[in-house]
Amino acid sequence: MLDLIAEVSGNLGAIGYGLAAIGPGIGIGIIFGNGVQAIARQPEAYGVIRQNMFIGFALAEALALLGFVAPFVFT
Amino acid sequence: MASLVDLSASWAPGCHLGGDNGCGFPAPGTEIFEFGKIAEYTIFGITFTIDKPVILVLLCSALIIVFFTVAFAKPRMVPGRVQSMGELCYVFIRDQISRETIGKAGDKYIAFLFSLFFFVFLINFMGIFPGAQFAPTALFVYPVALAVMVWLTYMFIGLKKQGPIKFFTNMMFPPGVPKPVLVILAPIEFISNVIIRPFTLAIRLMANMFAGHLLLTVFIVAALYLASPSVIGVLGTAASGVMVVIMTGFEFLIEGLQAYIFTLLTASYIAGSLSNEH
Repeated sequence: MLDLIAEVSGNLGAIGYGLAAIGPGIGIGIIFGNGVQAIARQPEAYGVIRQNMFIGFALAEALALLGFVAPFVFT
Repeated sequence: MASLVDLSASWAPGCHLGGDNGCGFPAPGTEIFEFGKIAEYTIFGITFTIDKPVILVLLCSALIIVFFTVAFAKPRMVPGRVQSMGELCYVFIRDQISRETIGKAGDKYIAFLFSLFFFVFLINFMGIFPGAQFAPTALFVYPVALAVMVWLTYMFIGLKKQGPIKFFTNMMFPPGVPKPVLVILAPIEFISNVIIRPFTLAIRLMANMFAGHLLLTVFIVAALYLASPSVIGVLGTAASGVMVVIMTGFEFLIEGLQAYIFTLLTASYIAGSLSNEH
């Protein structure tokens, strides 16, 4: 296993970003999926739902963006 | 003025796929975010450097000030063309962001949210504006300055409206939480409200613009690099060119969305500082 890791070449930052994007990807999917479902069930609450959807999206996305910035910071 | 129009520092003319000089794909890196200085002056021992992003920000500020001054200088009952545009912008901020998040009590802060939204949106939009092609918000200082402003605003409002003790106890001890959980929750709430909030606010805006600029540059440089007399070259150039157009459209969406989210989060932080229940 260690030999295999030693063989990996290229930018580790890219791999790190890929790992960092897994969680937020799932999270954003859940947020927008449920948001769309909520709007479909209750179209009159569109304003409140959309706004909360974007706040949740922004919080989940922050993790992926930290993963994106980190390789540039820790070079 | 050469630094204003450079496509990418890393792409050398004559560097093509299968070319004579045998250069590989010149992947753009962080050097595309560095600009040559145009002017420099020193006040009290601090050196200020004027470069392209500074000029863009100044231009955008001037544009916003001039436009909305013209729009609202002489308000009339029956609005003219410029005034009705300004009113549309105002109503958007009031109804979509302020009233939805803060309620009627937030009408005092519309001016702040309004300036924030249009400033962020316009300097983001510079990222795809022909000739500018760079969003100054992709450099960390600009979002940090905005986030510090937002942080000062919501901390000040909270301290003023709720008083220093109630503000922090309301922040750290949400009602209806079991006592043992509070041991862990209180410090987390404090850290997330006071430290993480402004930090992520700045990072979010910066990273989105940074990624967008990098992505566009990668595809533009790829289109130029692949331009060569071969099947792969022609197809690759065409694909990259199409991607540039698609990504530019996508960037426009992201820029608007980020300005909206930035303002929305600011509004929700102000709402949190105003209300007493949590």
